[in-house]
Amino acid sequence: MRLWKTILAAAVLTLAAGSQSFAARTDLVIGIPLEPPHLDPTAGAAAAIKEVLYANVFEGLTRIGPNGEVLPDLAESWTISDDGKVYTFKLHTGVKFHDGSDFSADDVKFSLDRARADNSVNAQKGLFAAIDKVEIIDPATVEVTLKHPQGSFLYNMGWGDAVMVSPKSADTNKANPVGTGPFKFQNWAKGSSITLVKADHYWGAPVFLDKVEFRIVPDAAAYVPALLSGDIQAFPFFDPDSLAQVKDDPRFKVVIGSTEGETILSINNKKPPFDKLQVRQAISYALDRKAIIDGASAGLGLPIGSHMSPANKDYVDLTGLYPHNVAKAKELLKEAGLENGFKATLKLPPPSYARLGGEIIASELREVGIDLEIIPVEWAQWLDQVFTKKDYDLTIVSHTEPNDIDIYSRKDYYFNYDNPTFDKVIADLNLTSDEAKRKELLGEAQKILADDAVVGFLYELPKVGVWDAKLQGLWENAPIQANDLTKVKWSE
Amino acid sequence: MVRADPSPPMTAYLLKRLAIAFATLVLASMVVFAVLEILPGDPARLMLGMNASADQVELLRNQMGLNAPLAWRYLHWAGGLFSLDFGRSYTYSVPVIDLVRERLAVSLPLALVALALSTIIAIPVGLYSASRRGRAGDTVAMGAAQLGVAVPNFWFALMLIYVFAVWLRLVPAGGFPGWGAGAWPALKSLLLPAVALALPQAAILARVTRSALIEVLNEDYIRTARAKGLPYRAVLWRHALRNAMIPVLTILGLQFAFLLAGTIIIENVFYLPGLGRLVFQAITQRDLIVVESVVMLLVAAVIAVNLAVDLSYAVVDPRLRTRQ
Repeated sequence: MRLWKTILAAAVLTLAAGSQSFAARTDLVIGIPLEPPHLDPTAGAAAAIKEVLYANVFEGLTRIGPNGEVLPDLAESWTISDDGKVYTFKLHTGVKFHDGSDFSADDVKFSLDRARADNSVNAQKGLFAAIDKVEIIDPATVEVTLKHPQGSFLYNMGWGDAVMVSPKSADTNKANPVGTGPFKFQNWAKGSSITLVKADHYWGAPVFLDKVEFRIVPDAAAYVPALLSGDIQAFPFFDPDSLAQVKDDPRFKVVIGSTEGETILSINNKKPPFDKLQVRQAISYALDRKAIIDGASAGLGLPIGSHMSPANKDYVDLTGLYPHNVAKAKELLKEAGLENGFKATLKLPPPSYARLGGEIIASELREVGIDLEIIPVEWAQWLDQVFTKKDYDLTIVSHTEPNDIDIYSRKDYYFNYDNPTFDKVIADLNLTSDEAKRKELLGEAQKILADDAVVGFLYELPKVGVWDAKLQGLWENAPIQANDLTKVKWSE
Repeated sequence: MVRADPSPPMTAYLLKRLAIAFATLVLASMVVFAVLEILPGDPARLMLGMNASADQVELLRNQMGLNAPLAWRYLHWAGGLFSLDFGRSYTYSVPVIDLVRERLAVSLPLALVALALSTIIAIPVGLYSASRRGRAGDTVAMGAAQLGVAVPNFWFALMLIYVFAVWLRLVPAGGFPGWGAGAWPALKSLLLPAVALALPQAAILARVTRSALIEVLNEDYIRTARAKGLPYRAVLWRHALRNAMIPVLTILGLQFAFLLAGTIIIENVFYLPGLGRLVFQAITQRDLIVVESVVMLLVAAVIAVNLAVDLSYAVVDPRLRTRQ
């Protein structure tokens, strides 16, 4: 009895202590599933690096906004020469790195030259491939000359991999990141959390939060109790399967947005019988996207008919091209001389969209006579066997990079797809800056991929965010890998 | 009665055990290195992702020292182990020993608290059950132990979280603030995980204690002790428990090794930065040098614990001191 009284008294005290603050809070704990391997966005592909640091600690010449738009950042404005090859960036003045040193044109030249150097290990080195030279005009003006006009250049400069770093700290950013953003790095308790605090001097609009902790929570089962206990106040990337426990709770906001993750059933286009168009088309007809989305993604996520996010302004709806039609699929297989079906393998990386989706797809393809052997693989194995060595028949993966339709034109990419017509469209697109013309070319590119049934286009990965109802300003969509906290605040 | 001096055989015994331990370590290092070498996957490609060119991956492999000959890499690594130089993590690019030290600051206290808890619960329960064998108390206690063995510990952990963290809000639902945040907040965050780890272990230990005791209680010398008029309680504590300690100690030793690294599930549920999670993360990221070094450390720990358990046999059972 005494014990119970003590427990209750302690509980009451704890609750009272928790609700003492009446002024709006200025601290935030965000749950993230994966720990970044290091903290330098210019030296690694892991999304977790950008999801902690992009826009918060590091800034670029331009930046990508909440809906995928290109916005000025450290460059307050720019002009483009008539031939589309020379970009002159006017930089903000009075910008300081967190170590107190000034940011100027020298740092822009250093950052861009470092990223495109021969010994660069920037994971998105391709973003800088078009740059011919970077020249300092004066401390606040930089001129970038391209080898050829590039329509996406300003967008490219907004990626997390293109952020500005200082020559003084570039080599130590992995452990102690120094940027120009509104938050500075404070502490990394490995395996546990990364803490950012408000920077002392910030050139731009002041932020509302004083302290942000990114806490690493690897197990989705821990998300709900962490929210309910108040330990963690936001999960920008929540587990769709646990939504039922929080979606009717008024203390939390559930926000379903879009990502740039095209989830596809990748096909090895050179490996027989997948080199036959009819076979790939048969697979597309055999897929029931609705059933796959329901089973693999808790019913969330929009079906796609080609390699483009439905949230993208240049999206063309091609989902009607291959409706779910078992009879048609069987007919096409017969045309290909495979009326008795065939056997193939399906390699599945660890994410649940792949493992759950794979089971459903295997049963759907079995209906038309394609017998799949499911092989679960780890990421490291997937990258090695499937992506690098192209030792696979079918696999499921989400291509999360934004605006990445050009991967189908890359030589030696793991799809083994080779279509000169498509390559020509992408080459033209790369040289085009005119918005209307780009839209037309992108539409054409989507159409070619859908017609060729290069892969089985499944759905756009949803962004399921859950956070405290009093929290404002977190992104609904994920147009780029980021957890931008510059506008986040507590209401009241 | 001739009584041999216990020290010379004891020293020889120790030396022999140490030599075996060393040979085991060398063998283990070869096996670990070879197994991880065969494992498909390239740490450089993992770091650079899908948009990097093959040339870039090659460049990073050179920077990471992955392109050096196999034998050289093995000798370099294994040689370093002798001077406690565990190399540098590929992914974190910090010395492995620093990573391990940080993680041990969580895993070691957690394992010790859990071990202590499970012993404190298990031994009295085992004693109680054995002395009331077949009666209601025994049935209830062993029923509870059966449940403790059967219930998955992650489920039990989640129940603990819902009661003590979500409902009563006495402890955090997970995470570890670090010892820098003060001893009490740090200990508080290890409390639930320790209980979640300890109870299933306690259940196993209680059952082992009970069956070992029951076996001993059937021995002739127990009847003799009772016959010469010793009270039951004294027989139980002084004669029976001491003789039943050998299997109990064996299980305890195994449990410690398990608690140190086999707690990956509990570490995930409570998102604790422990050793188990470090290994798991290092395997998925192909941070091979971390995996190799931590596995070697665990091998060494298991060997050391086994040695300690063997020596403690000799403490509880004087006959073993001279048998070698």
